[in-house]
Amino acid sequence: MGIVLCLVVLGSSLAYDTKPPPAVGDVFPEVKFSVPGESDYRTYLGLAKGDYFSIQDIKTKVVVVEILSMYCPHCQREAPRVNEVYELIEKDPALKGKVKLIGIAAGNSTYEKKVFRKRYTVPFPLFEDPDFELHDILGGVRTPYFIGVKIDGGVPRVFYSKLGGFEKADEFLKMLVGLSGL
Amino acid sequence: MLMLLHGTAYGLSDVFKENIYVPEDLAPTDSVLAVTVGEKAPDFTLPSVHHGEISLSQYLGKKNVVISFVPAAWTPVCSDQWPGYNIVKDLFDENDTVLLGITADNIPTLFAWTNQMGKLWFPVLSDFWPHGETASKYGVLRSDGTTERAIFIIDKKGTIRYIDVHDINKRPPLESIVGELEKLNK
Repeated sequence: MGIVLCLVVLGSSLAYDTKPPPAVGDVFPEVKFSVPGESDYRTYLGLAKGDYFSIQDIKTKVVVVEILSMYCPHCQREAPRVNEVYELIEKDPALKGKVKLIGIAAGNSTYEKKVFRKRYTVPFPLFEDPDFELHDILGGVRTPYFIGVKIDGGVPRVFYSKLGGFEKADEFLKMLVGLSGL
Repeated sequence: MLMLLHGTAYGLSDVFKENIYVPEDLAPTDSVLAVTVGEKAPDFTLPSVHHGEISLSQYLGKKNVVISFVPAAWTPVCSDQWPGYNIVKDLFDENDTVLLGITADNIPTLFAWTNQMGKLWFPVLSDFWPHGETASKYGVLRSDGTTERAIFIIDKKGTIRYIDVHDINKRPPLESIVGELEKLNK
């Protein structure tokens, strides 16, 4: 799943400039992800076959974006807890379909992304970002970094943007749900 | 010149916090290779952080060897290279291969740095003294005393089968290393 970036306002000539991380209240930057080839991931995201999609095209109310890397020790240690967040969402009828997770593998090739997915049995879609293009647009942040996005009237609004992981999956999820206003 | 790393464009792990320095405008390579594919790999004996002294020759007839030279501890690309290798021990094992990480830093520095990565399964060797002697044998010692970001793959007969003196500013893709390891067994 490659990533094609589309800077609607700034133009493609600035695609490699590092921006500040999205702040709470900001509109999530316009980027286009490749539609996953795997039908399971398309189903999860509520996407039809196609080329690209934007974050607001995901059929959900809230998207939690994790910026990670297979080369990042924190991301490696965090992976089981992030998977647990996914499982908690999928088991909760009040959250299933309303909160979805995606990962951006900063600086990772397709192969490296697949290694991380296999090693940690990651159940949610990961998108490789081999040349750090999306990573730069999202602030050149250290990893792991989490961005919570609420899709309201087709507008993806950031409600959480923070470096680092968390200790307990249930508390992290509860905090995100609370901040999102779901 | 070194500067303090602010918002990094390297996807650096938060495990290193604010303790990483990033060099500016490094030449992609800054040395002249002293070996070629098909030659016998120069032997060396170096101290390691946790495994005592390690010699290349101890693997002759037993294991293939991947040598991963990285330029310096506490720098961005280097800090996000070996942690990735740390989760793919199976890929090395499947190809009957050991991995040796080498820098020209001293043992205490390597100890502190690699501790941030977690417990590494492969030996980390110090080519600090005589400074860069092993890197010089292979032709990957840069003019500032650091090493190139280089991969050497050596088969069980001690023959160099693959060399990648990579752009120091970029990490070699994992698939290129694994692909070469798979060729060893064909």
